[in-house]
Amino acid sequence: MISGVLAQASFWKAAGIIATVVVTSSTGEVLTAAAMKSMGDLDDIRAKSGLGGAIKAVVTSPLFMGGIFFMAVAFFSLLFALNHMNLSLVGPAAASLTLVTNTVAAQLFLHEKVDRRRWTAAVLVCVGVYFLAH
Amino acid sequence: MAHHRLTFNQYLILAFVSVSVPLGDAALSRGMTSLPSISISHPLTLIGAVFTPWIALGIALLIGYFASYLTALSWADLTFVMPATALGNVFVALLAHYWLHENISCMRWMGIVMITVGVAFVAHGPANTTPLANAVIAPEELDAKEAGR
Repeated sequence: MISGVLAQASFWKAAGIIATVVVTSSTGEVLTAAAMKSMGDLDDIRAKSGLGGAIKAVVTSPLFMGGIFFMAVAFFSLLFALNHMNLSLVGPAAASLTLVTNTVAAQLFLHEKVDRRRWTAAVLVCVGVYFLAH
Repeated sequence: MAHHRLTFNQYLILAFVSVSVPLGDAALSRGMTSLPSISISHPLTLIGAVFTPWIALGIALLIGYFASYLTALSWADLTFVMPATALGNVFVALLAHYWLHENISCMRWMGIVMITVGVAFVAHGPANTTPLANAVIAPEELDAKEAGR
């Protein structure tokens, strides 16, 4: 009985840690992608303004800084998760779930055309990553 | 610059994004498991972990990944970059099998096939479906021009 309750608590703790990694990681990636889309092709910027100009264009974007903040939170959540769980659980779970949340977020917030081909690819990769971990 | 067909250098950038993440994660895992258990009530202990060799190597690889990832996002959609770079998982599994002689179960082979097929699906389509800020020509116009050829 007690071991069952402890196992359930441990499951919810693991799910909570992984959910934190997934949500903060997705928010960071979508904000960063929005920043990069708003400034255009970095190769073109580098050709016009040099490497310094390209770096300046990136680091002065508020969207990029917001993305960095959430990615930093995701990184420390990942370190915390790796300290409590195996990489074989955290890595695939976070990677495959982030793929799905990113696809939904990219369609909603970045207005990317996520057609049947891209959804199929996202689902195949998501399930493939899960299988690879077992 | 056309946003639909990628150049050799752009494929190289995607390949680096793929490989640096699993290698970086493995270095972080090696570093974190060698440390004593960190309590949630002492989060600042995580800052000290950053300066240990394995964690530092993991961070260096992830910085390289991030620079390449940002470059890729400047000419491709997030929903293109994500599945395309998932090929890194396959690379690590094949490396473990052929170099470290680790056994790969039937389920893992299925995973490898699914990821490879998924990557082939997305790679066959356009890399970018939204207009870039400094793009001379929008993807829709490019589609129309290509269809008219």
